[in-house]
Amino acid sequence: MHEITLLSGKGGTGKTTIAAALASVARDAVFCDADVDAADMHLILKPEILEEHRFESNYVAKIDDDNCTRCSKCVEYCRFDAIHYKPFGGLEINPFQCEGCRLCERICPVGAIHSEKNNNNFWYVSNTRFGTLVHARMGAGEENSGKLVTEVRKKAMEIAKETGARFVITDGPPGIGCPVISALTGTHKVLMVIEPTKSGLHDIERLVDLARNFEPEMFAVINKYDINTGVTKEIEKYLEENSIQLLARIPFDTVMVEAMLHEKTIVEFKPASALSKMIKEIWENVAKTAYAEVTK
Amino acid sequence: MKTNVTTDMPLKIAIASGKGGTGKTTVSVNLFHFIRQSWTSRVALVDCDVEEPNDLIFFPGAKLLSEKEATLPVPEIITDKCTFCRKCVEYCEFNAIVVIPPVKFAEINPSLCHSCGACLVACQDDAIIEKPYSIGKIRKYAVDEQAVIVEGLLKIGSAMQTSLIKIVKKEPVNNAEVILYDAPPGTSCPVVTTTADADYIILVTEPTPFGLHDLKLTVDLLRELEKPFGVIVNKAGLGNRDVYDYLEKEDIELIGEIPFDKKYASGYARGELLSHIPEKMENIYRQIVQDLKEKVSDYA
Ligand code: SF4
Ligand code: SF4
Ligand code: SF4
Ligand code: SF4
Repeated sequence: MHEITLLSGKGGTGKTTIAAALASVARDAVFCDADVDAADMHLILKPEILEEHRFESNYVAKIDDDNCTRCSKCVEYCRFDAIHYKPFGGLEINPFQCEGCRLCERICPVGAIHSEKNNNNFWYVSNTRFGTLVHARMGAGEENSGKLVTEVRKKAMEIAKETGARFVITDGPPGIGCPVISALTGTHKVLMVIEPTKSGLHDIERLVDLARNFEPEMFAVINKYDINTGVTKEIEKYLEENSIQLLARIPFDTVMVEAMLHEKTIVEFKPASALSKMIKEIWENVAKTAYAEVTK
Repeated sequence: MKTNVTTDMPLKIAIASGKGGTGKTTVSVNLFHFIRQSWTSRVALVDCDVEEPNDLIFFPGAKLLSEKEATLPVPEIITDKCTFCRKCVEYCEFNAIVVIPPVKFAEINPSLCHSCGACLVACQDDAIIEKPYSIGKIRKYAVDEQAVIVEGLLKIGSAMQTSLIKIVKKEPVNNAEVILYDAPPGTSCPVVTTTADADYIILVTEPTPFGLHDLKLTVDLLRELEKPFGVIVNKAGLGNRDVYDYLEKEDIELIGEIPFDKKYASGYARGELLSHIPEKMENIYRQIVQDLKEKVSDYA
């Protein structure tokens, strides 16, 4: 079984649109939306939810005002400036600033602090017209999206193993921080969706430097390549120097947005178009290398 | 209106967007530019998108003023003093410590450590000391004598983006009258940290289903944080009208609309945002800055 993770460095390069389009041509695959912070794949895949699970993330501490002697020891120890004096006496912990380290709970001389797990996060197993989708909804302002990424990926792999699916297609998170590190850990292939802008190039260099540590096979597509053919050339050169296979150069076309407005993938919306043909070729190329490795 | 600006606290405006790629950087860079022109020259732009900072690309002439390492104190176990009691392991909520008593092994993994200090409290044998551990860089640039840009650059492989944003925001920006924070995308912790002390927040969205969906998540977050905010619709004309219906229904202020323009987009692509601003865009931004100036005087 092979996991193919779509990443982009910067957001908004068309990663999710392409992930959804690949879902509509891939056979034998389980889909995973690991962009848990701004999960959008469900807007196109229209999942019918089969299972809902709560996901407990970090702890959040709370002060019991009746027991607190206002000794201020917790304020002094909290390294995240999460404990504040209330305007009319007493102390409180700002849940958005609390890192959940529980140190205040341990040092409070009168046991006035206790912590509870945050459980504003959910993950789902759903049915879609293309196959099974594992996705999530994160509570606002939550930490630890990395752990939720790990959770949805784990579930998608399990389902792939159980059902004998050959691929997991994962829509990964933007950036290069904690959630991306979680998405890269143990994946087989990374398909980068790059926008030909100076910032797009800058971002992809940072992403490749990070991804290398995990040694996946790396592919790239340049989306909206004709927005700037000069930068596209620079990106092509960069990819070549780094032995990253460029699978397609996709032109800018408002039909991509139109398809999204109709809640369809580009392949469903304009099946005979050149864009749809490109999507199929991208998939065949990625899948081919996976099949080759399986039969090796 | 403010008269004696030097004694005032700077006004802090954060620019955020749930979805990436909506044009948050474009808007931040343009606001910086037009605030300098028609509001105050004492303005700072702080790039809090530390995973992928891009603001500086649009200021090729900016001069580097300073560069420093951003560090967090990360503990280290002195095995000679350690009694392998495992109390620190019990205290560490982030699974950053491994202690294996039979083989006298004790180690802290800096990439998992959140620098909370709990293990130091746990250890009764003085076996833990802290050392600075780099999580990235902070660079400060001058655009001219008054206007500065600060960027945070997360070290590749570090998961401490939120901590880095906190450090970046502490970087002094001399006597700025307006500080703009370019926030990272998303709705999780890093965005909360960026917007926490902002007087006003500008959300940038695009009129597509993805844009609207992520905008709603961000609006929910800001309402929970009780922060005043308004919305700029970027790439107007590209999608549909749903976002406008939503703003109206929710009584959210539309600060401005920036039309989609392929030529302008390719200027962005080349990193030339400020050299060829179409007149249409210029008028829109000037209007936005004018409105902002009037509005924020109520919040500050
Ligand atoms: S340490 Fe405990 S008693 Fe002291 S101020 Fe904090 S909560 Fe109150
Ligand atoms: S749990 Fe940690 S971060 Fe939260 S308030 Fe207590 S000491 Fe501060
Ligand atoms: S400082 Fe906190 S997170 Fe780091 S090792 Fe110690 S207890 Fe764990
Ligand atoms: S608490 Fe101190 S003595 Fe005990 S295992 Fe940890 S470092 Fe060693």
